[in-house]
Amino acid sequence: MSGSDADVDHESFAEGEAPAEKVTDVSGTGIPVRGNDIDTDQIIPARFMKVVTFDGLGQFAFFDQRFDDEDNEKDHPFNEEQYQGANVLVVNANFGCGSSREHAPQALMRWGIDAIVGESFAEIFAGNCLALGIPTVTADTESIEALQDYVAANPDAELHVDVENERVAYDDEAIDATVNDAQRKALVEGVWDTTALMGANASAVRETARSLPYVPEEDVPAADGGHDRPTGDD
Amino acid sequence: MSDGTLYDKVWDRHKVTELPTGQDQLFVGLHLVHEVTSPQAFGMLRERDTPVAFPERTHATVDHIVPTGNRDRPFADDAAETMMAELEENVRDAGIEFSDPDSGNQGIVHVIGPEQGLTQPGMTIVCGDSHTSTHGAFGALAFGIGTSQIRDVLATGCVAMEKQKVRKIEVTGELGDHVTAKDVILTIIRKLGTDGGVGYVYEYAGEAIEDLGMEGRMSICNMSIEGGARAGYVNPDETTYEWLRETDAFADDPERFAELRSYWESIASDDDAEYDDVVTIDGSEIEPTVTWGTTPGQGVGVTEPIPAPEDLPADKQDTARRAQKHMGVEPGETMEGYEIDVAFLGSCTNARLKDLREAAAFVTGREVDDDVRAMVVPGSQRVQRAAEAEGLDEVFTEAGFEWREPGCSMCLGMNDDQLQGDEASASSSNRNFVGRQGSKDGRTVLMSPTMVAAAAVTGEVTDVREMEEVVSV
Repeated sequence: MSGSDADVDHESFAEGEAPAEKVTDVSGTGIPVRGNDIDTDQIIPARFMKVVTFDGLGQFAFFDQRFDDEDNEKDHPFNEEQYQGANVLVVNANFGCGSSREHAPQALMRWGIDAIVGESFAEIFAGNCLALGIPTVTADTESIEALQDYVAANPDAELHVDVENERVAYDDEAIDATVNDAQRKALVEGVWDTTALMGANASAVRETARSLPYVPEEDVPAADGGHDRPTGDD
Repeated sequence: MSDGTLYDKVWDRHKVTELPTGQDQLFVGLHLVHEVTSPQAFGMLRERDTPVAFPERTHATVDHIVPTGNRDRPFADDAAETMMAELEENVRDAGIEFSDPDSGNQGIVHVIGPEQGLTQPGMTIVCGDSHTSTHGAFGALAFGIGTSQIRDVLATGCVAMEKQKVRKIEVTGELGDHVTAKDVILTIIRKLGTDGGVGYVYEYAGEAIEDLGMEGRMSICNMSIEGGARAGYVNPDETTYEWLRETDAFADDPERFAELRSYWESIASDDDAEYDDVVTIDGSEIEPTVTWGTTPGQGVGVTEPIPAPEDLPADKQDTARRAQKHMGVEPGETMEGYEIDVAFLGSCTNARLKDLREAAAFVTGREVDDDVRAMVVPGSQRVQRAAEAEGLDEVFTEAGFEWREPGCSMCLGMNDDQLQGDEASASSSNRNFVGRQGSKDGRTVLMSPTMVAAAAVTGEVTDVREMEEVVSV
């Protein structure tokens, strides 16, 4: 899943053993994008979402911050030579607010980002990152600003995002970080493919559906997964 | 943690099991689908050779990319046509009901769900759209999800979620003249911040909320996400039931209505419910409110001075400085008199019949300012027809507004309806982010529909209270 050649510890499983790869830690160089309340319209402007796949979205990450009307490059870390190949994005507060578009983390991932460290994240954005196996790790303002300064001064230095132990290490420093419990468990144990996880509980789902007064019996699929309905009836 | 709230009750009724991650697996009672966030999810299902688990609990429409002018097929924009065709194929293959333009029921997903009676109290409702919180106005637990979660819902009928805290926001007193639900929610976000709701679900309560009709409650719940709260709701009451009684779901089935009503009543928050936080706001002090910046939290009463960045909390100063530069506003000034180039009356926040009626009351017999391009984009084909039956289309077109076909339109600029260059818009939508309305230099001032009407006529941000209402609504 890595779009760069940096190292991500995705321990692979034999088929059938676990529904997803384990993401215990991410290592690589950093890229700072400063500012609070960076919304998903900035991460990927809506006009690039007129697509039916996520392929190729990486080139449009932060597009309007990176290019002017004549497509000339503007000052933005995603344009800067020293950050090409970086895979740990370091951001400030309320990153990813606004629209629920998964195109935003998809664009970042396809640009090469494998982990994001920041002061705080909008919820839907963090959930979308988890669905892609991208950790969203938080730390206090001071630590994040220090990390951004360090990355800016040392673009080639390696950062180590330890999801399992909730730490971000660089140089001689180690930041006490936080990874939301469910996210940590999902990534570290490799259970972030929720489709497979929840699909295994199909009979309990049918039972819950039947217990709800507003769900008519005919809306609940038969146990074999088949459906007593004519097809193509829209 | 909260106890005895609508949130707790609806959660418990829909919980299937606890997952190994500690998240709960929640059954989804209604899955709404649109063309922008769903194609990749349908694609993932095809890759896994998995059918849609609950097609009858799923409903689709087209809103984000659909043109609001000429809608002949194929659409003039190839990319829009591709997305439309993909959705048509996906819903046909899966047997999902589709409110497409030919059905006469098409519209913005958060307008059509409530108007067709798909949205009901005590449901869990999801859609790949952050403004799904709108449906909470009916006492549903409704929230936006990403595309991977859409795949989950299509494949399993469920989402994986962690339970959140509940903050009760009580808006007391009576709202002043021409102070609307939009002004209330802009005030709430301004006070609690754009990230104040992260980790919370908002329960809106109090006299000012109870006095609102369903349209106003929808406007408020709609913008919960702009305050960081993924979901917001209002407990169902007589106002809710009156709306539901008239919808397709129950108009011919009073027995079903009576049967479900006891469920709806049972899921409302208990009088002695415990909340994780309670905030009280005096509704009588709220003014018509507009934004001066580039986040929905940067709002101000129309007669109130724009704040100086240095007077704001430390973490808001930098964003405020950049916003004021982008908007070209100075601290100490008011927004009154800020010149606008475009008036946009539309979006899932404010494009329902009541919104159009209220705006029309200020437009009747007046003319749109010569320098303003003004448009009305009804929220749905049903809203459009109902408005036309009352002659509202003529009121708007005679004044110089364009009367367009339903869709998301200039709220996010995914079709031709976009700001150009550094145009400023008076907009009844929900987001004033840089670039949101299609131009990265564009400037958006969020406000209520009546304030948009006033701005369209005068060519600048105007205190609607200073203007005579031509027709009383």
